[in-house]
Formats: sequence, structure tokens, C-alpha cells
Amino acid sequence: MKRSRFPMAVTASVLVFFYLPIAVLVVNSFNASVYGGRWEGFSLRWYAKLAGQREILHALENTLLIAVSATLVSCALGTLAAFALHRYRSALQRWHFTLIYTPLVVPEILMGMSLLLTFVAAGVRLGLFTIFLAHVTFCISYVAMVVLARLQDFDFSVIEAAQDLGANAWVTARRVLAPMLAPGIASGALLALTLSIDDFVISFFVAGPGSTTLPIRIYSMIKFGSPAMLNALSTLLLVVTFTLVWTSQHLITKGEQAK
Amino acid sequence: MADFLEIEDVSRHFRNIRAVDHVSLTVRKGEFYSLLGPSGCGKTTLLRMLAGFERPDTGRIRLDGRDITDLPPHKRTVNTIFQNYALLPHLTVRQNIAFGLQVQKKMPRKEIDEAVDRMLSLVQLESQADKKPGLLSGGQKQRVAVGRALILQPQVLLLDEPLAALDLKLRQKMLMELDLIHDQVGITFIYVTHDQGEAMSLSDRIAVMNNGRIEQVGKPAEIYEAPRSSFVAAFIGDTNFFEGQVLELVGDEYSRLNISGFADLVCFNDKKISAGNPVFLSIRPEKFHIGRNRPELSPKHNIVRGRVEDIIYLGGMTKYWVQAEGHKISITRQHSRFFLDEEPIRWNDDVWVWWHADDGFMLERYSEADENLVSLPPDASGTAETAQ
Ligand SMILES: Nc1ncnc2c1ncn2[C@@H]1O[C@H](COP(=O)(O)OP(=O)(O)O)[C@@H](O)[C@H]1O
Ligand SMILES: [Mg+2]
Repeated sequence: MKRSRFPMAVTASVLVFFYLPIAVLVVNSFNASVYGGRWEGFSLRWYAKLAGQREILHALENTLLIAVSATLVSCALGTLAAFALHRYRSALQRWHFTLIYTPLVVPEILMGMSLLLTFVAAGVRLGLFTIFLAHVTFCISYVAMVVLARLQDFDFSVIEAAQDLGANAWVTARRVLAPMLAPGIASGALLALTLSIDDFVISFFVAGPGSTTLPIRIYSMIKFGSPAMLNALSTLLLVVTFTLVWTSQHLITKGEQAK
Repeated sequence: MADFLEIEDVSRHFRNIRAVDHVSLTVRKGEFYSLLGPSGCGKTTLLRMLAGFERPDTGRIRLDGRDITDLPPHKRTVNTIFQNYALLPHLTVRQNIAFGLQVQKKMPRKEIDEAVDRMLSLVQLESQADKKPGLLSGGQKQRVAVGRALILQPQVLLLDEPLAALDLKLRQKMLMELDLIHDQVGITFIYVTHDQGEAMSLSDRIAVMNNGRIEQVGKPAEIYEAPRSSFVAAFIGDTNFFEGQVLELVGDEYSRLNISGFADLVCFNDKKISAGNPVFLSIRPEKFHIGRNRPELSPKHNIVRGRVEDIIYLGGMTKYWVQAEGHKISITRQHSRFFLDEEPIRWNDDVWVWWHADDGFMLERYSEADENLVSLPPDASGTAETAQ
């Protein structure tokens, strides 16, 4: 029987549609030409030039600061939320779950706007702190969901087993709970980190003077800066994002194999 | 020997459920002691109180003269084999077995390693030592759980239905291994099960539980041959129940009974139930004799006439159901010379059924809960299990 070529063709088109623009971007970042379009030879000049841009470095600093702090806080809160959701079942917990789940489906523009209105109404000055708060709100949800998924098949009787063998609460937390949940928490953390570094819409709403993040900087560079330098910057961002997502996936699958 | 573990008037309620209801037991040192009862009768709850995971509402627990009622689990010299083993999935077999010694910091590392090696060989897991539990079979997991607990040399080892998750063949093998291990280490075992066969074959003594209470404590043979209640009689093995009344005492040890349809029966009466009281006469299926011809019998025998309703040939033995004066009697007979019997008994044969007065036992009061068991003796425990 001759196999139809159709599915293969569809797959190929989809992949091209998704990845061609990215490939063009990456290739162009090594193009000596100022405007792309035509290949004028391999060059790292845009990367070199990037390193000299004070504003970009400052934006990168802001982004990393926010990403790391938001990740840490949302990891702690998200893990606790997941624990509570898993351990106690009640009507209140269904509301809790809905609350945690909502940020995953609400349009970003809505979240950005409502956060902005809240901050303004509360008289909080817009800046790094408001971006941090905004990122924590949505990162908690992602962390909680990832950790919750890991907890679904967590057998709590191992905690009793550890106590039975002579481990007190602290030793149990350190030698049993932490290692067993670490892959889940870590993959949640990496996801939070990625989302925070990437976020544009929400950050754009709640950013203030001097708190420009990298995605916002890139947006303004489209208007004023050189597009070639943008390609280089985007490629770097791409590498970082891919690494984080890949590591996170790897941790999840590894965690599943360990069972 | 002195009492080693004393459970004194211990109760535990969950909302309106009396999971364990004023239980008092004493266990001797080195004993293999079973808690036997249907699912939901409170065995696990009692065991969890011994391990320290549940606090009793009333009562005290003493181990080797020391009150341990308020001690948290990690401070008790008692270890548990959990129903689902609860192995630590992120540690290897070796690390699982070493875990207790490591966290208790009882000895230097080198000695721990040596102790673990010895334990690995005792539970025959040397070749699996570096595997994670996820890769082990059910029987191997079970051995890790046993090794992990025994290495701490607990004063008491608690086992919660340790064989329930295994298939029949493996269960029999592990049964023998557990017995062997108990003989080797000499630790007191408290073994929870709903399987009377397991309890019978392993135990020095058995406590039969029902509805959170202890019905009877005794050696396996005592529990089988002289049950104290209709629940015990029905739960341990099969039995026939006949409802009736005591007519009069005969001598010191026997009574004459009136059971509807039958002529007067004589029965051993060690409980001295006085005349006029309602009783159950319980007779195990294997205690009956069955034959087509009326034999010559001593006055200590009872005999009734009936008709064979059903026969099941089981190889080593045959089960008969005989309809006699409105009673359906279940009988099992071993036969050493089945084919040599001149005339095997067949369906609808008229037969004589007889038994010795000493082979029946009388049970005085029965509770409402027992009543269900009385109408359905062999199956009642089975239906209770599926509910869980
Ligand atoms: N944590 C608990 N909360 C509420 N009820 C419980 C709890 N643990 C046990 N029970 C109830 O107590 C009774 C005895 O349970 P258990 O000790 O597990 O019985 P067994 O081990 O003999 O099957 C059951 O009716 C069970 O539903
Ligand atoms: Mg149980």
C-alpha cells in the first residue's frame, strides 16, 4: 500500500510556518548587512555592538533581578499552595484551586490592566517593585500547577515510614520530602523564570520610569534602534529560553522515571 | 514469661465511628501475635496507635514496663511494615535499609555498612542492593520493608497485612519466609490480617477483633476448636449453626438440647449454660459423619436423618449438603479410599448424619451484628472485604 504523503506535507508546512521566522532571525543576527535581506558574510559585529549598549545591559539587569526574585517568592508560595490543595479537600479548596488556575487563562492584557489600576488606586509607585509583584501573581499559578501535578502521585505514607524509622520532622522534610519534590519544584522554578524573563504585556502596563525590562527595551528598539542588533539580542534570549524550558522538561521526565 | 507489651483499655474514635473500643491485650516477648478480623474492624487503627501515628482517646500502652502512650513515632523502639510498603522511592534498596540507622546516628558509618550487608543477605537482596524500589517486584519490595525495619532491632515489629498485595503463590512463599525470619531474630511480631489462614499458620496467639472490640484471644487451635462467640465460630473456618434451647444439664459436662425438628441432642457444655436459655449449637462441617446405614453409637453421639441435596467433589475431600428436618447441614469428609467405598453417596440419597457430643459447641448470647453472620457464615467476611 502506498502511504499518503499528505500528513507529512502538513507537518512540514507547520514546522516551516513556526520556525522559519525564527531561523531567519537567527541567521540574520550573524549577517554583516545592516538591514538583512541580503547575505553579506558572517559577522559577530552585532553581538559585539550589543555588549557596548548601556541601556540594554541595564534592562537585562532589571529583567534578571525581577525574574530571580519573582521565581524565588512564587516557588515558595506556589509549593505551599500546591501542598494545601493536595492535602485538604473542601468546598473552600475548590475556590482556592479556581483562584490559582485563573491567571493561566485570563488574557494578559486584562491582567496587566487590572494590576495597573490596582497599583494606581493603592498609590503604589510604578517601578521594579510593581513588576516584581505582577510577575509573582502569575508565576505562583504555574509553580503551583507543576508541583500539584507531581503531588498527585505522591504517597504520603513515606512520611510516616520515615518517622517510623526514627526521623524527626526536620530530618523527614530534608531527607524525604525535599528530594522527592525537588524535581517538581525545580521545573516549576524554571518555568517561572522563563515566563518572567519573557513577559512583555503585563510588564509594559506596570513598568515605571527607570524600570525598563529587556522585552520592553526590545520593543522600543524596533522603533529606534538597529534591527540587526535586535536580531542578535533576540537570538540570545532565544538560547536562554530554550535552555530553561529544555531543562525543565528534562527534570519532569526524569522525575517520572524515578518512580 | 512477663507481659512485654501491655495495651490497657485503649480506645480511638473517629467522629461517631468507634474504630477501637476499649481494647486490652498483653503480648509476651518474642511472641508471634496476630490481630485477626474483617476489614474495618479497627486492626490498622490499633496498630497505628502502637506505632505512634494515632493517639488513643483513652487507655495506656506500655512496652517493657515503660509507658509509651505519648511518645512520637520516631522515639519508639517499634517499627512497622506498611500495607503498601512505603519504601522511599528516591533511595536505592541499600539506602532504604540504611535509612533508619543513618537518621538515628546510632553507629559509625562503617558499622552501618556492615549491618546493611548482613541485612541484605538475611532478606536475600544482595543482587538488588543498588536498584531503586520502582524496579523491584512485589515480593522484593516486601523484603526491603522487612529489612529496613529489622535492622533497627525493634522491640516489636508491627506488620499491617504485609501479604495482601501479593499474589497467592508469592504469598505462601513470603509466609514461610516471615515465619523463618521470626524464628531467626526472635523479635516480637504483631501481625495484622483479615486472612484466617495466615493467622492460623503463623501465630503463637491470635486476637480476633470485631467492631473495634476483642472477641477472643487464644492459640490457633483454641480459637478454632473452642470459639467463645458465634462471630468467632463463623469467622474462623466454616460452621453450621443450629438455634435451640438448653433442656437440662446432664452430669457435670453435658447438656441436653432442644433443636426444632431433631430429637434431643446431647452436647458438651463447658460454659455451664443453665436450662431454659437460648443457645446456638455450632458444629464444624468436618466433625460430621455421614453414611447410608445407621451405625451402632454410644450415648455420647447424636444422629439425625436427612437427604443429600448437593455434593461437590474437591479431590482431597467432598462437600455434602444434607437437608434434615428443615436444617441444611454442610458436611465435609476426607476420603482415603473413595473408590473402594462399596456404595458412594449420591444425590437424593437418604442418609444418617452423626457426630460426637464433644464435637459441637454451644454459644450463648449473640449480638445483632453477629446475626448477619449466622445466616451467611462462610460469605460474611468476604462481602465485608469488598466494601473497603
Ligand atoms: N483517619 C480516619 N478517619 C476516619 N475514620 C477512620 C480513620 N481511620 C480509620 N477509620 C475508620 O475506622 C474503622 C476501622 O478502620 P481500620 O482500623 O482501618 O480497620 P481495619 O484495618 O481492620 O480494616 C473503619 O470504619 C474506618 O473507616
Ligand atoms: Mg487495615
